[in-house]
Amino acid sequence: IDTGRSNLNMRPGVSGISNQVYDLHMLMFYVCIAIGVVVFTFMFYSMVVHRKSKGAKAANFHENLTVEVVWTIVPFVILIFMAVPAAYTLIDMEDVSKPDVTVLVTGSQWKWHYKYMDNDVEYFSVLATEQGQIRNQLTKTQNYLLEVDRPLVIPTGKKIRFLITSDDVIHSWWMPDFAIKKDANPGFINEAWTNVNSPGVYRGQCAELCGKDHGFMPIVVVAKEPAQYDAWVAEQEAIAQRARDEEQRLLSMNMSMDELMSQGEKVYGAVCAACHMPNGEGLPGVFPALKGSALALEDIPGHIRIIVEGSPGTSMASFAKQLTMSEIAAVVTYERNAWGNDTGDIVQAKDINAIMYGKE
Amino acid sequence: MVSTTDTTHSGDHDADTQDHVASDHIDDHHHHEAPYGISRWLLTTNHKDIGTLYLWFAFIMFLVGGAMAMVIRAELFQPGLQIVEPNFFNQMTTVHGLIMVFGAVMPAFTGLANWMIPLMIGAPDMALPRMNNWSFWILPFAFLILLSSLFMEGGGPAFGWTFYAPLSTTYSSDSTALFVFSVHIMGISSIMGAINVIVTIFNMRAPGMTYMKMPLFVWTWLITAFLLIAVMPVLAAAVTMVLTDKFFGTSFFDAAGGGDPVLFQHIFWFFGHPEVYIMILPAFGIISQIVPTFSRKKLFGYASMVYATGAIALLSFIVWGHHMFTTGMPVEYEIFFMFATMLVSVPTGVKVFNWVATMWRGSISFEIPMMFAIAFIVLFTIGGLSGLMLAIVPADFQYHDTYFVVAHFHYVLVTGAIFSIMAAVYYWLPKWTGKMFDITLAKWHFWCSLVSVNVLFFPMHFVGLAGMPRRIPDYALQFADFNKWISVGGFAFGLSQLIFLALIIKACRHQGESVSSQVWDGAEGLEWEIPSPAPYHTFETPPIVR
Amino acid sequence: MAEEEYQKYYVPAQSVWPIVGAVALFLIAVGAGNFIIESTRDKDGYGAYTLIAGLGLLLVMIVGWFKNQIDESMSGLYSAQLGRSYRQGMAWFIFSEVMFFAAFFGALFYARTISVPWLGGASNNAMTNEVLWPTFEAVWPLLTTPGGDTSTQMGWFGLPLANTIILLISSVTLHYAHTSLETDKRNSVKICLGLTILLGVIFLGLQGYEYIHAYDIGLTLDSGVYGNTFFLLTGFHGLHVTLGTVILMVLFFRVVWGHFTPKEHFAFQAGAWYWHFVDVVWVMLFFFVYIL
Ligand code: HEA
Ligand code: HEA
Ligand code: CUA
Ligand SMILES: [Cu+2]
Repeated sequence: IDTGRSNLNMRPGVSGISNQVYDLHMLMFYVCIAIGVVVFTFMFYSMVVHRKSKGAKAANFHENLTVEVVWTIVPFVILIFMAVPAAYTLIDMEDVSKPDVTVLVTGSQWKWHYKYMDNDVEYFSVLATEQGQIRNQLTKTQNYLLEVDRPLVIPTGKKIRFLITSDDVIHSWWMPDFAIKKDANPGFINEAWTNVNSPGVYRGQCAELCGKDHGFMPIVVVAKEPAQYDAWVAEQEAIAQRARDEEQRLLSMNMSMDELMSQGEKVYGAVCAACHMPNGEGLPGVFPALKGSALALEDIPGHIRIIVEGSPGTSMASFAKQLTMSEIAAVVTYERNAWGNDTGDIVQAKDINAIMYGKE
Repeated sequence: MVSTTDTTHSGDHDADTQDHVASDHIDDHHHHEAPYGISRWLLTTNHKDIGTLYLWFAFIMFLVGGAMAMVIRAELFQPGLQIVEPNFFNQMTTVHGLIMVFGAVMPAFTGLANWMIPLMIGAPDMALPRMNNWSFWILPFAFLILLSSLFMEGGGPAFGWTFYAPLSTTYSSDSTALFVFSVHIMGISSIMGAINVIVTIFNMRAPGMTYMKMPLFVWTWLITAFLLIAVMPVLAAAVTMVLTDKFFGTSFFDAAGGGDPVLFQHIFWFFGHPEVYIMILPAFGIISQIVPTFSRKKLFGYASMVYATGAIALLSFIVWGHHMFTTGMPVEYEIFFMFATMLVSVPTGVKVFNWVATMWRGSISFEIPMMFAIAFIVLFTIGGLSGLMLAIVPADFQYHDTYFVVAHFHYVLVTGAIFSIMAAVYYWLPKWTGKMFDITLAKWHFWCSLVSVNVLFFPMHFVGLAGMPRRIPDYALQFADFNKWISVGGFAFGLSQLIFLALIIKACRHQGESVSSQVWDGAEGLEWEIPSPAPYHTFETPPIVR
Repeated sequence: MAEEEYQKYYVPAQSVWPIVGAVALFLIAVGAGNFIIESTRDKDGYGAYTLIAGLGLLLVMIVGWFKNQIDESMSGLYSAQLGRSYRQGMAWFIFSEVMFFAAFFGALFYARTISVPWLGGASNNAMTNEVLWPTFEAVWPLLTTPGGDTSTQMGWFGLPLANTIILLISSVTLHYAHTSLETDKRNSVKICLGLTILLGVIFLGLQGYEYIHAYDIGLTLDSGVYGNTFFLLTGFHGLHVTLGTVILMVLFFRVVWGHFTPKEHFAFQAGAWYWHFVDVVWVMLFFFVYIL
């Protein structure tokens, strides 16, 4: 499959900095090749010419101050020649002042969350490749493992600042085309910036081992012309508003068991199955089973609370931001009735609201 | 010299009684041949036996760690999840790294040190023979614990050989407690081994064996031992903090309690970077023994080799940050670590140039050890140069945690450390067994390894640059072609090592042609003055070195 | 000339103790690992028993090995060269201990000068404070963690100061014990060594008392990096004092049994070095953990 991306070398990328980094890389590369050629030429020459089988007699020199000084100084000079441009580029890269747009990027096992600091827009971004492709039941498509449900959107020609952090373990936000790779450290914020030249879809991945699904945590950034970007932001804000209204409406409604179960299954598959496994049996010793667990069979408020608040000190994060109340209601209902749990319990959005805000 | 031979100033005992008593007992203990059976190996205090034990242990661990690499390569043969689950894949990566580093390379070097250092400096044994036995025998137990943790509920360590917090603390399986203690034991073993090496070298050299006459293998090991004693305790402290963070509520690596996950990385890499030089300095020593022998010419620049080794060791303490460029260090630190790291290339370059200058106008022949040594020089240099590229911070932002790094460190570790160990084994095996090994098999081993290892690791540079992250069980389609080749190279390299296994077994059965004490014409040094095979006890009366 | 000066080196014959020690360490590691899992996760198992078995075996090994060693040394098998080997070995061992403590001191310095200030917004972490920990203020000792746990500071006056004085005096008494041994004043050795041991025990007692006090006033192992570094540094130091005291006790009995000569007393010297080392660590601790 032609994916349109190089499979041989680094990509020059789409920002001024990424082009500089590419040039640095190529410079380093050529210098290294040159050093290698020189050293190996001497070595192979002597292997060919000074071999015993050709009657070579060993000379008996074993010291020469001049050459030793020369081959200490010359590499040193080469190094300076490499280090200086690198330092300048680096200082540029770390200068995050005066951004036009600021995005808070939060990694968690195994998804990214984007929050636009100047607008009322925030959402999660998760792998969109179907399990079937990963499990070799479906043919793999062009952007296999490099596609997400909701990409990050940024404007071109503007200085974008990323504030990068994590909710659990260390992740690393890597966008090769911007030459940005910054670790997302829990409890700390790292900063990075870019200024993208041309509109397009850019793909990267999480670059720090973050547990089981580290390989399934892609990043997609869509760069749009500023006008289109502004339109997109406005649209997102409107969608967010509509979702809040919808949420309020659902609070006063009751969904049927069937509706809850079918929506719950979807949410479970997308969000929970990665750890608790599609069959609800978890991974013994790592992720607890839900099938037959006391929590899912008895304690309804406890069950809701652990999804809303998370469980500190474990991989179980809070899902209050990621899921709507009706989605939480659906997934709780699903977990209490799937895989033979059969409690018959029905949980509605207003029950979640009661736990989250303490009111009916 | 004075320090090894002078008794007049210490004057503990009257010299006469001393001699009398000592020779009585030595007669008791010594002038019999090697003891028999299992107790020979369990209870031994003989440096050659202990060296052999270390070498066998290392080889077995190499096969075990290699088998895990085969699992990794089989899973990565094609995109998609084929044979293992991601969590198990991570355990394979982690334990592969740990076993190769702590179970294969380090014990192999310690084994060579045990066998060769006393022979090279004319000592009757290591300075502390019983502790020597102890430092070996705790190792198999440490790895038994590590390997058995794979079968515990929740699985073994799955957080990479670098075990970054909080993945190794809050988010790891409970078997981490066993991981921690097994690392403690490995550390204790290395420290005791290193103390033994240092004290042996300081204290047991034959009369006339001044420091600047010591063979380079001895020199490089002396400095390596110093590095070991300096950094293994730091690793012990790091795992201890992981343990308390995970089980006792401390927050060294947790911001909510005022700690920092990045603190873990500082501590780990303060250990970790010297650690990688621990795995290459003895290799430099080996190459510096072999190249002069088969060039029939003295080593060029002996003194500068010694100083370069020292310089590399000292620099190794101030470059750890190059593993952490993406952690968000302030820019001044990044620049400091970049410059310091690049500086290491200068003394390392001195070494490479000296080897080439040794070959220059020599009378070179290409016996098996020399072939491995030449392969080492070329391939290690390739690995070193990619290391230099990694040191350039802005570029490292692109390379970091990709297969480019994996390519770098397998070049320095496999075609560096491992090739040097193989060179050393071929070089000294006839001395150990008294017979020449099977040269045909050895040639097969060399050429198959040389070709396959490059098919295995060279394309990793490409996939890395193209953007394939490391430590992933599945990858995007653009990497598929190269990964197939990499895996094929991997299987071929793995099978090639079975040739080596066969050769070693043959050699241990003492098949083959007997060799003279010198074995290789052109070989110089005390180890070539004793008979082949080396008798069970050597240099009970010290040789005189002029 | 040179060859006449070279001494015959004593290479011990086969010994069972190392392998016994290896099995002991194995049991300790497996036992401790399982014990920690079982006790913190409320599980049943054999961890504790395995651990105790390992410790017991280790004790057997130490006694046996040392007995060998002492017998050999008493029968004059050891040469000056071997004595140097032992001394150097001990010195390098202490160096490794220095590095172990250095790592914990490093963690303390890092917390004080880097992580806590950064959480408070220093260096390139303005946003860390603003977005993640808006109410957190960086002060040392860290009595209110970013997560909101609170604890109390441990002052340096009083107990810690008393302990410092006790340990310093104990170094002096040990030194006198040593010089007395070198001039073969056996009685004075016993008195000075006994005093040292007594001071060590008092130190440990006071340290235990201080821990109880700390828990009473709310400074616990899990109250943030201040408590973490406090307890781990003083705790590992305390373990070393305990070990040192045990070593001194063994030496005491050996002196009583008439071991050692004014010139040949490696074990005594090693024990003394160890004690002085532990002392120096305490002084560092007192300075960096308590006073600063
Ligand atoms: C034996 C082991 C070994 C050795 C010897 C080295 C040697 C070097 N390494 Fe490597 N390294 C590792 C093992 C080793 N490394 C491992 C295991 C990792 C990964 C750990 C992990 O994350 O799991 C790693 C990772 C690693 C990184 C981090 C990459 C990342 O994660 O982003 C960096 C960055 O600077 C680096 C740099 C170097 C440098 C500059 C050298 C130098 O010492 C190389 C010097 C040699 C030469 C330069 C070649 C010879 C010189 C000449 C011919 C002279 C002429 C030269 C000039 C003029 C420059 N290494
Ligand atoms: C000295 C150290 C050393 C050595 C010798 C090796 C040897 C090999 N390594 Fe190793 N490797 C590391 C140190 C080492 N590695 C480290 C430190 C890491 C990082 C871990 C981490 O990320 O935490 C790593 C990671 C690593 C990865 C990346 C994993 C990932 O990021 O997901 C890969 C992938 O291909 C790999 C492959 C190999 C292969 C194929 C070999 C081969 O050379 C092995 C060859 C040997 C054998 C194969 C054994 C002999 C044969 C048999 C036992 C018979 C069976 C044979 C067949 C079935 C064919 N290694
Ligand atoms: Cu997230 Cu890797
Ligand atoms: Cu390094």
